[in-house]
Amino acid sequence: MGTATTLPPRTAETPATQPHRRDRRTLSGLGFLAPFLVLYILFLFGPSLYGFVMSFFNASLVKGGLSSFAGFGNYAEAFSTPEFWSALWHTVWFTILTTPPLVVLALVFALLADRLVRGRWFFRLVFFAPYVLPSAVVALIWVWLYTPDLGLLNDWVAKLPGNLAAPTWLGDPSWAMISVALTTVWWTIGFNFVLYLAGLQDIPRDLYEASAIDGASPWKQITRITIPLLGRTTTLVAVLQVIASLKIFDQIYLMTGGGPDFATRPAIQYIYDVGFTDYRVGYASAVSMVLFALILVVSLVWFWLVRRQERVS
Amino acid sequence: MTRQRLFNGVCIGALIAFALLWIMPFAWAIDTSLKPEAETTIVPVTWGIENLTFDAYTKVLGAGNILQWYFNSFVISTLIAVFSVVFCSMAGYALSRIRFRGSTFVFWFILAGIMIPGQALIVPLFREFAAVNLIDTYWAVILPQIAAPVAVFVFKQFFDGVPRELEEAARVDGASRLRIYARIFLPLSRPAISAVAIFTFVWSWNNFLWPLLVLTSTPLVTLPVGLATVSSAYGIQYAQIMASAVLGALPLLVVFLLFQRRIVEGIAGTGLKY
Repeated sequence: MGTATTLPPRTAETPATQPHRRDRRTLSGLGFLAPFLVLYILFLFGPSLYGFVMSFFNASLVKGGLSSFAGFGNYAEAFSTPEFWSALWHTVWFTILTTPPLVVLALVFALLADRLVRGRWFFRLVFFAPYVLPSAVVALIWVWLYTPDLGLLNDWVAKLPGNLAAPTWLGDPSWAMISVALTTVWWTIGFNFVLYLAGLQDIPRDLYEASAIDGASPWKQITRITIPLLGRTTTLVAVLQVIASLKIFDQIYLMTGGGPDFATRPAIQYIYDVGFTDYRVGYASAVSMVLFALILVVSLVWFWLVRRQERVS
Repeated sequence: MTRQRLFNGVCIGALIAFALLWIMPFAWAIDTSLKPEAETTIVPVTWGIENLTFDAYTKVLGAGNILQWYFNSFVISTLIAVFSVVFCSMAGYALSRIRFRGSTFVFWFILAGIMIPGQALIVPLFREFAAVNLIDTYWAVILPQIAAPVAVFVFKQFFDGVPRELEEAARVDGASRLRIYARIFLPLSRPAISAVAIFTFVWSWNNFLWPLLVLTSTPLVTLPVGLATVSSAYGIQYAQIMASAVLGALPLLVVFLLFQRRIVEGIAGTGLKY
């Protein structure tokens, strides 16, 4: 197309003098965004607002509309209900149980695998493969491992020295959450492992060479060079882990059903129960908003941490 | 030097021990699934198979449910992945290349969506779909999962790296935005497309809570929702339960083996948990 040579150079666009071009740009910009934005507003942003509004009403699942205004009644009820606090505590307890091992073990695995010259792919495969499995598959396998008397884990405990009695893994209220946490560590560690492996790639090798000349032992190198330089990765891994753990539902629903005797029921299952079994969707929305706020606070703290880390370096 | 080697030896030993621990549940599931039912309940536990049989597999597959679940999951996840790639890449293109009035606002508006946990939306979303009578249809599962803000940012980031000169020439030739997007940006962004497609596919395949809520009739349920009913359906027939678990794991293990590098690079590159 020969017209190209006759056009003025486009490098300096002056939108103020070309209103019709600006309108056209707005139109095409919004045109490209429209399919996404429509779905985004309908199914993500809209429901968030709707849920927020609903949390102030006595809405019910069996009746349409919002029903009567409740003000802060739903929130007040949640904060004065022991079931709410216990569900929230189970979510936090699960987060406390899973985050340290999922961060520390992932780091250990990555440090170990990073020393390998060949065969790293094999360990990446072994540790990461469980992460892609559906929670239902993981639950089926682990419930079988935990089965009293017949399960493999009981067999292992019986073989340990000292005549230990295996706990009733999923049936004992004080063990159930620990068992679910153990399963979760097995299931999800691959994600953090991969992030750490990537973080290790970014550390310049000559730092190690220089320290080796100075006579630093491998252990010293790890504690003085590797771990401090992985600081940003650790922040990322830890915060993503906390956010993911706060959303716990699948494993618990599938492995214990929230039991025994509600001893493991997490916040999302409480929302599910009050919303879809008791039909109290207004109240369920209020509980959702509390959980949402909790996750939001964690995310904002993360942003703040990352900002600060960037300013330091 | 020997100290260094000793240290490396200990490291590799520890790594192998952990790896064995990590393989064990898989191995145990496969081992159980290949036993006759009577052998699965022997105490103390026996490893290895004396009477290898595919009985459990033929029974599970013969019942037909799992094949139906595969089909449902495949259709749903594929549609979500395709729509996500198209819609999110278009949005990413607009945010990366078209500066219009309000584009900064739209950028922050979408960015805010990353913060919203989907699980907190089950109640209002359910009411929405109930109001339009879409509960218990594929669409109730598909529609909410298409608009993923994370995918928009993966595309935007990728498009930001495309040199301006590439599109300048086309624009000078009078090509439309749509043409530039379809003929220049999309073909260039194959790494981003495959990352988003694979992630969206795996993530929607594994999604559990939302399909559990909206799919109520057995013929429509996805694989994870179907599998959740297996242990109560098969009671104490452990070989059949484990055969179902192995069959449930299979499609994703295949996807993972095929796209291992892309998946791992995708996580390392974006650092975002889908």
